[in-house]
Amino acid sequence: MLPVDFDDLTAEDVSRHFGRRRALSRISFQTHKGSILGLLGPNGAGKSTMLAVLATLLRPSSGAVRYGTHTPGASGAALRSRIGVLGHDLFLYPELTAHENLVFFAGLYGAPDPRQAANAALQRAGLADRAHDPVSSFSRGMRQRVALERALIHGPRLVLLDEPFTGLDDASTAALVSRLQGLRDGDAIVVLATHDLDLAEGLLDSALFLRDGRVAEAVARPDSLRSTYRSIMRRSP
Amino acid sequence: MIRTAWLVLKKDLTVEVRSLEIAYTTLFFAISCVLFFAFALVKEGKAPEDGAAGILWIAIAFGGTLALGRTFERERQSETLRALLMAPADRPAIYIGKLLGIIALLVAAELVLVPLVAFLFQAPLLSHPFWLGAVLLTGTIGFATVGTLFSAMLVRARSRDVLLPVLLYPITVPVIIAGVRATAALLQPDVELAIVQFWVALLIALDVVFLTLALWTFEPLMTD
Repeated sequence: MLPVDFDDLTAEDVSRHFGRRRALSRISFQTHKGSILGLLGPNGAGKSTMLAVLATLLRPSSGAVRYGTHTPGASGAALRSRIGVLGHDLFLYPELTAHENLVFFAGLYGAPDPRQAANAALQRAGLADRAHDPVSSFSRGMRQRVALERALIHGPRLVLLDEPFTGLDDASTAALVSRLQGLRDGDAIVVLATHDLDLAEGLLDSALFLRDGRVAEAVARPDSLRSTYRSIMRRSP
Repeated sequence: MIRTAWLVLKKDLTVEVRSLEIAYTTLFFAISCVLFFAFALVKEGKAPEDGAAGILWIAIAFGGTLALGRTFERERQSETLRALLMAPADRPAIYIGKLLGIIALLVAAELVLVPLVAFLFQAPLLSHPFWLGAVLLTGTIGFATVGTLFSAMLVRARSRDVLLPVLLYPITVPVIIAGVRATAALLQPDVELAIVQFWVALLIALDVVFLTLALWTFEPLMTD
């Protein structure tokens, strides 16, 4: 497997249908390394579907996603090794300990020393003292921290996050925001789907408002996200 | 590929050792099957001739179906299947890891079922342990190979619990028939090893065909 890398992510007229239902309709955008793009919109707007397409889990019905010059069809596994996903579900085995979960995923992503990678990840998550406790005994916030480290354990270029602030207390939210800012400083491309506009406002470098699977508005420098959101929602579909 | 398969197998076995959920349900169901048949068929301490072979394989097939359904259900519950599919690992290696986990579980169940069936049906199942082991292993591999593929394929289907046996049993009928016939041949007073060898060879051929097809189709089936 030849390593791949990319500096930008481009969606070109991406549509995705599920039978007769159109989940995404002609979505286009581009984002670059060292930036955080927000996918904003109400439930059912197509945010999670867009993330699944970017994660190569779903193929677009039409249009294409380009990772620099690479496409999922041609680069497959090599491309997946540069993508990290934190879904709404946390992708953790509740019966395993935090350490075992991270060692497993580090091994799956080909880390040369999975145990060391897991230990370092647990330090970053501030959970080194709970390393050998089963994930099922963790609070939602602690699970979220482990899940984020799972998504980042292989140092991905593209980080995809689906509603990462759900169920977090203030301290966990602040830690997550700081981690995301660190990823931006480390030249990652971060795409974040959320409907928490207050949290998104200070964090995003650009935002894409989705409604009914379409781009309602693209904002280059998001400030007053809430008023933009309200005006979009007031428009007739 | 071997490394990925080993990681998935090790993870599945660790999870199972912690919860014992699949092992207990599979064993309980399989032992119940054997007991029901024993109560129904053994009259005045006399078991029907050749009945043990069929009952052993019915218990393996029914218990195995339960185990197959649960192994991917577990991956679905916390959506870890998506995480597995997003990893840069070869997808057939993930299938191999899951398959080996199921085979290990069924072999463990057979270690309990064989002495139980031998005892309840007064069947000399353990008189040719090598050949019995060969029959059970090749039959289990064939059954689990198809079952693991279908179980993965149906993981997002709403009526997967109903669909799995409906799809699985017709395809694995040749494996079950070969397993029953080979086991029955081992129960004869004068065992003709040539007959047993023929059925084992057939089971190996079926294993090769099913495994090739499963490895070929797993990736496209799990995409999208």
